[in-house]
Amino acid sequence: MSDTATAILKTPFFHIHQALGAKILPFAGYEMPITYSGVIQEHECVRNKVGVFDVSHMGEFILRGPHALDLIQKTTSNDASKLTDGKVQYSCFPNLDGGIVDDLLVYRIKEDQYMLVVNASNIEKDWNWLKQNDTWGVEMLNISGKTSLLAVQGPLASKTLQKLTDFQLDSLAYYTFAKFQFAGVENALVSATGYTGSGGFEIYFDNEHADLMWEKIFEAGKEFGIEPVGLACRDTLRLEMGFCLYGNDINDTTSPIEAGLGWITKFTKDFNNKAALEAQKTNGVSKKLVGFELVDKGIPRHDYEICDAEGNTIGIVTSGTMAPSLKKAVGMGYVPSEYSAVDAQIFIKVRDKLLAAKVVKMPFYKA
Amino acid sequence: MNFPEDLFYTKDHEWVKIEGDTALVGITDFAQGELGDIVFVEVDTVGDTINIGDIFGTVEAVKTVSDLYMPISGEIIEFNEGLEASPETVNADPYGEGWMIRVKLTDSNREGLLNAADYKALIGH
Repeated sequence: MSDTATAILKTPFFHIHQALGAKILPFAGYEMPITYSGVIQEHECVRNKVGVFDVSHMGEFILRGPHALDLIQKTTSNDASKLTDGKVQYSCFPNLDGGIVDDLLVYRIKEDQYMLVVNASNIEKDWNWLKQNDTWGVEMLNISGKTSLLAVQGPLASKTLQKLTDFQLDSLAYYTFAKFQFAGVENALVSATGYTGSGGFEIYFDNEHADLMWEKIFEAGKEFGIEPVGLACRDTLRLEMGFCLYGNDINDTTSPIEAGLGWITKFTKDFNNKAALEAQKTNGVSKKLVGFELVDKGIPRHDYEICDAEGNTIGIVTSGTMAPSLKKAVGMGYVPSEYSAVDAQIFIKVRDKLLAAKVVKMPFYKA
Repeated sequence: MNFPEDLFYTKDHEWVKIEGDTALVGITDFAQGELGDIVFVEVDTVGDTINIGDIFGTVEAVKTVSDLYMPISGEIIEFNEGLEASPETVNADPYGEGWMIRVKLTDSNREGLLNAADYKALIGH
């Protein structure tokens, strides 16, 4: 046992991605498909038809018992007491220093039972954070390793998936879920959520059903032009919607108030670092996450400098891309609050040149 | 993947087609495939004389940006204007319509240029 390096992990769909000729790269400790046919085609497929993401690398924790909600309320910024059975909530774990441990989805499965869905790169950090905050002895299960997750996204996702179940998928409102028999698999958890802005579902199930699920979904979607889609277009799709990506737009040092996540930060309840965040909300913050589009020709990228007209650095680009649905170069980044109003002029430093950009309202893409 | 025999290649994945005292330069089929969908080719060095191995421009794909290196020394006398409106031509036809610059050769240094077979070996094909 001389090799102490952490082995790179594979999802249960790895052999399928390989057989399909996907470009596969390490992401968050997993060998993940980045593209299949090409990022633009895959992006358009999700916007116009239906695409399937393997996002089995995501982490899932089950929290159970009479104090599960107490632990969730203490560690997350949104108010999970508002959840009823079958409802999902976007939330984040504030740390004690003004930053964010991770962002996550909270699922209320039933009273005293929740599922938290966290970023793959943060599974261990989040687990430890929850344990550290758990003064109640909440029963916690990390089911990440045995849980597969496919995100079936796009305007034809519902028609595709309806062929595989008797459950009325249209009855699932955005950010709700149910467990039912799907593609012959008992108790699949089907959630009307996603990270693309094009509608669709996320399906959680045990790894042993992975091959069957993939096969059934692609068979059902064939008539609708279904395609496998990779993490590259997942990023362009989410960025067009202005959705934050942990590690880019939010991290251990950015506050939810600065990041525009005030809407998931509820001061009507107590939680970690509430007082400091409430003070930010009351007094205002000195920097804010904004969306911008380039006026000059070029493409903003993660970590490029944001400058004023004189070329002084005033901020940093956290995400940037050519947006395939908009045919525009767009990005997000932190700027001093006086530059955060819509139409404010900022400049992006691209290879030592200052390219004009303007702050715009997000989402960039409007369906 | 296609690597025409009448071109020279570099380890940075440019190709060069020498035609008398001028040459055409672009990126290889392998390079366009690795980059993915190309959305912007930026060359603002027309009129400049640039040495072998130095940067003459940048190619931007949706997810990545990559510098472009001179495979030979010379003066850049033309940029393929067609790429301004249709940068995706580099993906579709990297050795033809997707050429990037025309260079007037200023010296005969061909150091580092690979033939098709050597380039294929380099990229493991």
